[in-house]
Amino acid sequence: MTSTAIPTGDNTLLKESKSDRKISRVERFLGPENYRIVVGLLKTPASIAGFILIGTFVLIAIFAPAIIPPVGNDPYRIPRDGFSGEPRPMGSEWKRNVPEVPGWYKLVTGKDEWVHLLGTAQGQYDIFYGLVWGTRTAFRTGLIVVISTFLIGIIIGSISGFYGGLVDNIIMRIVDIFMTLPFILMALIMAAVLTPMIGKTLIPSIIALVSFGWMGYARIIRGDILSVKERDFVLAARVVGVRDYRILFRHILPNAIFPTLVLASLAIGDVVLSFAALSFLGIGTQVGYADWGQVLSFARNWITSLQTYWYIVVWPGLTLVFFVMGWNLVGDAMRDVLDPRMRGKS
Amino acid sequence: MGTYIVRRLLLVPLLIFGVTIIIFGMLQFLGPIERSALYVRDFPKNDKQIQGLIKKYGLDRPIYEQYWRWLTGVKDPISGEREGGVLFGDFGYSRTASQPVINIIKNRFPNTLDLALWAVFPMLSVGIWLGVQAAVHQNGWIDQLARIFSIVGTSFPTFVFGLLVLIVFYANLQWFPPGKMSDWVSVLLYSGDFKQYTHLLSIDALLNGRIDVFLDAMRHMFLPILTLSYINWATFVRVTRSSMLETLRMDYVTTARAKGLKESVVINKHARPNAMISITTLAGMSVVGLLGGVVITETVFNYPGIGKAAADAAQQLDVVTILGFAVFNGLILILANLVVDIMYGIIDPRVRLA
Repeated sequence: MTSTAIPTGDNTLLKESKSDRKISRVERFLGPENYRIVVGLLKTPASIAGFILIGTFVLIAIFAPAIIPPVGNDPYRIPRDGFSGEPRPMGSEWKRNVPEVPGWYKLVTGKDEWVHLLGTAQGQYDIFYGLVWGTRTAFRTGLIVVISTFLIGIIIGSISGFYGGLVDNIIMRIVDIFMTLPFILMALIMAAVLTPMIGKTLIPSIIALVSFGWMGYARIIRGDILSVKERDFVLAARVVGVRDYRILFRHILPNAIFPTLVLASLAIGDVVLSFAALSFLGIGTQVGYADWGQVLSFARNWITSLQTYWYIVVWPGLTLVFFVMGWNLVGDAMRDVLDPRMRGKS
Repeated sequence: MGTYIVRRLLLVPLLIFGVTIIIFGMLQFLGPIERSALYVRDFPKNDKQIQGLIKKYGLDRPIYEQYWRWLTGVKDPISGEREGGVLFGDFGYSRTASQPVINIIKNRFPNTLDLALWAVFPMLSVGIWLGVQAAVHQNGWIDQLARIFSIVGTSFPTFVFGLLVLIVFYANLQWFPPGKMSDWVSVLLYSGDFKQYTHLLSIDALLNGRIDVFLDAMRHMFLPILTLSYINWATFVRVTRSSMLETLRMDYVTTARAKGLKESVVINKHARPNAMISITTLAGMSVVGLLGGVVITETVFNYPGIGKAAADAAQQLDVVTILGFAVFNGLILILANLVVDIMYGIIDPRVRLA
C-alpha cells in the first residue's frame, strides 16, 4: 500500500534477477516460501533419516498381506495359537491357526513352517503378526485423526482469525479452556463414555482424540490468517465485492494453510502414540485386535516376571518408538525450517 | 500488580464454567438411570423407583436446570441435606470402587502429591541445566548430545520407557519395586505407632523420624520419578536451549561481554535469568500436570494415585467416577494455573503491565 517504487519502463533489473537462477515447476507451484520449506526438509540429515523410517513403515503397511498372510476372515484379528495364558518365547513352534508361508520367509529362514518369530503374548497372540498388521491400524487411525482435527482446527481457526473482534475472543477463550484440560485424561474419559454406545472398536478412541486434539491447529491457522488478511490482494478482492466466505476460502486460506498442513501431517506420530496410550490403558479395541498399544497392554499383567517375558515389551515398544521417532525427526527439522529466526541461515 | 491479579481472578469463574460445561456435556451421553449414580448409591430396581429418582433429581428437566443441579446439588426437602453438587465436593458414587468418589480422591490424592513433590526437583533442575549447557556450547558435543537426547526422549512413549526401566531395575536387578510401599510399611501404618500428619508417606516418615520408612517410600517412587523426569527433560532441554540462544543474541549480552565481564557472569547473571522467563510457563504447566495425576506413569508402576484410579475406572467404563476425577482435576488445574500466572506476573513485569 505504501510502495514508493516508480515505474520507469526500464525492466532490466527484473530480467536480471529472473535469469539469475532457474525456477523449477515445483517451486512455481508451491511459491518461494513453501518451496524453501520443502527443500529445507529434504536437505537435513535428521529429516532424511526420519523419512526413511516413515517409508519403511509405509512399506510394511502396504505389504502386510505379503509379509504375513491373514488367517480367517478378519485380517485385523491376531491369530491365536491356543489359549494358554503364559507368553511363549521367540522361535517357538506355531501349531494352530498357522498362516500361509510367504516366499520371503523360506528365503530368509530356510524353513517351511511358521514359528512365532517374536514370541506370543498372553493368550497366545502372535506378536509379529500384531506388529505387522498393527502398522496398518496405526496409519489408519493416525490419518483419520489428523485429517479430522486438521479440518476442525482450520474451520474454527479461520473463522476466529477472519472475523476477529468478539467472535475471535470467544473462540479463543474456548480454545484456552480446552487446552487447560489434561489431554490424556479427557481422551480417556471420552473414549470410556462412548465405548458402551459404539462398542469396542477403533471409533471411540478416534472420536476422543479428535475432540481434544484440534486446538493447536486452530491457534496456528488463526495466527497465519491474521497476517495474510492484511495483504493487498485481500483488499483488492474486497473492493471488487467478493463475498466473505469466498475471500476466506479462496483467497486467504490457500495462502495461509501450508505451514499448518505440514505440521498436521507430521502429527501422525503423536496421534499414534496417544492412541497406543489409550489402548495400553485398556480403552479401545477388543482384546486381540492388531494394534500396537493393545499388544503392549498384555505386558501389564506380567510386570513381576518381565525378566523372562521381556519380548512382550521390547518388540512392540521398539516398533512404537521407531514409528514416532521417524515423525519427530522430520518434525524437528520442520520446526527449524519454519522458525523465522533461522531464515537465511541454511 | 493489584489490577493484574483482579483481572486474572475474574477469569476463574469463567474457566470453571467452561470446564464444567465440557464435563457435563460428556455426562449427557449417559442415560438417566446411569446418571442417577451422581446422587444415589444403588441402581433403581423397578420402574417406580426409576420414575421417583428421575423426578426427585430432575433428570428429565431442561438441560440448564440439570446443569445447575449437578453443580450445586439437590436439597432433600425433609432432612435438608444436600445430595450431589460437584462444587461442594460431592462427585457421586463409584460403583466399581463401592465408595463415594470423593473418598477415593481423599485416599489417592496424597500419593499423587507425594510423587509430584519429589519429581519436580530433578525434572526442573536437570532439564534446565542441560538446556543452558546446550545453548552455551551451541553445536558443540554437549549440544548434539542434548538434541539427540531430546528427540529420543520425545519419541519414547511414557509406558514403553516405564516398562523398559521395570525390566532392567525391577525384573533383573530387583532394585526398585513397583507399587507404593513394602508390606512391612503397610503393617506399620495400620499398627497406629506411625502418626500420619500429612498423609504424604515420605514426609510423614521424616516427621516420625523413621528413616527406614522414608527410604522404602523413595525406593518405590524412584522409577516413577525417573520416568516423569525423563519424559519432561526432553521438552525442557528444547525450550531452554532455544530461549537461551535467543537471549544470548540480545544486544545487552554483547554489551556485557564488551565491557569485559567474565563469560560465566554473562551467562549466569545476565542471560540466564531472562531466558528463564519463558521457561516459567512451561515449568508451571508441567508441575500442574503432575498434580493432576499422571495417568500412564501411575498405571505402569502400579502406583496408587489419582491417575491410576482414573485409569481403573475408565477400564471398567465407570463413567460417573471418572468424570468426578475430571471435575476435581479441572478445579485443581484452574487453581494451580492461577498461582502460576500470578507468579509469572511477579517475575515478568511485561506480563502484568500488558
